[in-house]
Amino acid sequence: MMVDQVVIPALKILIVLNAVLVGVTFMVLLERKVIAWTQARLGPMRVGPYGVLQPIADVVKLMTKEDITPVKADRWVFSVAPLIALIPALIVFAVIPFGPEVSLFGRQVALYITDLNVGLLYVVSVASIGVYGIILAGWASNSKFPLLASLRASAQLISYEVAVTMTLVSMIVSAGTLSMVGIVNAQESQQVWYLFVQPLAFFIFFVGGLAETNRAPFDMPEAEQELTGGFHTEYSGMRFALFFLAEYANMIVVSAVATTLFLGGWLRPFPNVAALSFLDLVPAWCWFLAKTFVFLYIFLWVRATLPRYRYDQLMRLGWKVLIPLAIANVVVSGLVKVLL
Amino acid sequence: MTTDVRPMFDTDELVINMGPQHPSTHGVLRVVLRLDGERVVGSDVVIGYLHRGIEKLCESRDWTQIVLLTDRMDYVAAATNNIGYCQTVEKLMSIEVPRRARYVRTIMAELQRIASHCLWLGTHAMDIGAMTVFLYAFRERELILDLFEEYCGARLTYNSMRIGGLPLDLPPGWDRKVLGFCDVMEQKLVEYEELLTNNRIWLERTKGIGVIPAEEAVAIGLSGPPLRGSGVQRDIRKDEPYAAYDEMRFEVPIGKACDTYDRYLVRLEEFRQSVRIIRQAVEGLPEGPIVGKVPRLIKPPAGETYHAIESPKGELGYFIAADGKSTAPYRFRVRPPSFCNLQALPRLIQGHLVADVVALIGSIDVVLGEVDR
Amino acid sequence: MGEWLLFYAFSLVAILASALVIGQRNPMYSVLLLVASFGASAGLYVQLDAPFVAVTQIIVYAGAVMVLFLYVVMLLNQPREDASEWDRTHPLRRPGLARLGAILAALLVVELGWALVRSGTLGAFTGDTSSLASVRTIGQVMFSDYVFAFEATSVLILAALVGGVYLAHREGSR
Repeated sequence: MMVDQVVIPALKILIVLNAVLVGVTFMVLLERKVIAWTQARLGPMRVGPYGVLQPIADVVKLMTKEDITPVKADRWVFSVAPLIALIPALIVFAVIPFGPEVSLFGRQVALYITDLNVGLLYVVSVASIGVYGIILAGWASNSKFPLLASLRASAQLISYEVAVTMTLVSMIVSAGTLSMVGIVNAQESQQVWYLFVQPLAFFIFFVGGLAETNRAPFDMPEAEQELTGGFHTEYSGMRFALFFLAEYANMIVVSAVATTLFLGGWLRPFPNVAALSFLDLVPAWCWFLAKTFVFLYIFLWVRATLPRYRYDQLMRLGWKVLIPLAIANVVVSGLVKVLL
Repeated sequence: MTTDVRPMFDTDELVINMGPQHPSTHGVLRVVLRLDGERVVGSDVVIGYLHRGIEKLCESRDWTQIVLLTDRMDYVAAATNNIGYCQTVEKLMSIEVPRRARYVRTIMAELQRIASHCLWLGTHAMDIGAMTVFLYAFRERELILDLFEEYCGARLTYNSMRIGGLPLDLPPGWDRKVLGFCDVMEQKLVEYEELLTNNRIWLERTKGIGVIPAEEAVAIGLSGPPLRGSGVQRDIRKDEPYAAYDEMRFEVPIGKACDTYDRYLVRLEEFRQSVRIIRQAVEGLPEGPIVGKVPRLIKPPAGETYHAIESPKGELGYFIAADGKSTAPYRFRVRPPSFCNLQALPRLIQGHLVADVVALIGSIDVVLGEVDR
Repeated sequence: MGEWLLFYAFSLVAILASALVIGQRNPMYSVLLLVASFGASAGLYVQLDAPFVAVTQIIVYAGAVMVLFLYVVMLLNQPREDASEWDRTHPLRRPGLARLGAILAALLVVELGWALVRSGTLGAFTGDTSSLASVRTIGQVMFSDYVFAFEATSVLILAALVGGVYLAHREGSR
């Protein structure tokens, strides 16, 4: 009783949280390496073999740096903002299904922290809170460039949230459930990844995901060439690191959610082809992580390749292209569901 | 009741200071922007943060020492500055430069143009967010720097020209390396174009941005690629040939739409034309002396002259007055292309967004060392 | 035991934050406190076994509406230095209006008191509690029993939107 209700969830939270934080630091290394390779460079090479220990050095550096609060900043909001940015990015992992129930030491353990019956909405709601961190950071810095950046960020997040949420609606229509685990199970029983059922929704989700995580080509809020670093211009040391953590954690969140919704979560590739059943030998959670990794790689790939959109073009793309497409997609999926 | 219609809220223009420490002002340019939202409604370009008084300094150095100072103006195209200065003095003193030296100068100038355009392409693309192009372009620029290093030992400020000719002859095998570089460059240009020319985002960011019609471009005094981007066929290499350009076959690309994208296309085509010129010059490189008949003591007769060359950024002109008595110029004045092109910036960014400001600064291709001198 | 603790914690946060909202000089803090209050009431909804309502509360109010509030507060000018002067000359501080405000405040207190008294007589909710939790039921109820109100609201919001665009356009006069 005690073990099932307290110890195991606590352990799971601990493991997931640590995995995410360590994952994030190595994500930074991965980003630097991937982009370096794209750009005919080597990337970090000094700390450890091939620079693999670079994240540790980075963390130590960030923690020991002086933490500056500008004199004219709003002290209270200024120090709270990084936390508001980071916490939502971390608590989303509560509903991410890393794998199905497995038996571990003679006990049935589900490889997710919890399965909410409104899991998908929970993801949306928590993601919508994250924008506060950015807005408040820009405002509290009491500096013009961060202010501009945070205005951009808030407008951008609100508009892309609409498109992304609309695609989620069409996913709900397909799966008939709001639970993250339920959606994976639905893909298992329908024997297909939803990527092939809802390709348009996948496209919109991915583009919206890039925009919501402020990643290139939609990284206007931190466009360093225009806004000298964006909303976190005035931050330094550990507080800056928290924004960094939040950004990368958000990337992982978007990748994990995309994997769950469109790539069949922990299911092996081609769940409908029985001849490939030997792939089941690989543990389910490995498939999940591998698919998430593919998404993360695409994030980096896009960043290394594309120039940046301009703010108004981004808004135009969001409101005039993605949102109408997403709404049309909802209508069509609804019709298909009713008629077939 | 008053009759004047007032807005519901007081609206203020936001004044932001872009620079002098800003990653995209290409040095220490300061642009004071007045913004309505993110739209630029007014701007002031403030320069002078890199002023070293080079022109005045030149008036107290003797003629040979000045070559070194010209390096420090457009420091990404130092050899071009050297050539421009030396030619002006040669004109003042009516010195005949041997054909081989003129050929080598042509090669140097064109290599320098490619290096300068590489830097422009990289930073311009970086400003618009395409960071990979930056490193690709620098990779090729590095090859040129290696060539220069082999020739004169320096990588940035070459001091590579002498009045009347060259300081030293080409190292053996250098010409073959240059040809090898030409091959590499042509391949890499395709790579740049794949990343940018037809990229939707790149098109959206550059088409229709900073349109400046031909008459206005001429009126403002633009020169070089920004002028040609506006469709004006003006290239000093063609119109008033210097060095060995009269013996070279090349075309002068011009734009049609007068916008950032056309300026980009013009410069990309200039890469190709430069490669073409370098090939011709290296293949037809004549043998012979590298320095003309230069007196021991350089002391031009009293008089003044203006001589301009086509630097990578535009018309680089030197006005030099000599009094015929001292061993220093009486008056030394430079017409730097960056400075004159920079005049167009307030006109170009008017009504555009903050993001376009950096694109437009990049599109003019200024070097602050040259603007401030 | 744990549930009661959580209930009181959420309630306390909700009430305290709401009370502090009106006490702030800086509108930014007011907005943030309001967000906190919404968050706490979302927590209460979760305890009532209505996660859908809780999540919607966060998405709609905290995630969208308050972000827009924040946007506006950020863009408006900071409160002036001479706040007292501004207070005195503000139209709402004119004698007649001030009295009106006092009457409204008194009315609110009376209303709240009345509601508290009545809540005892209302008794517990006797309907099917599972209906609150199920998204399906909420959707069905919304699009059958309350379809008119739902559509009317959407038209109202659309009208407000059009009005807003019209006003903004005229102000800009570009």
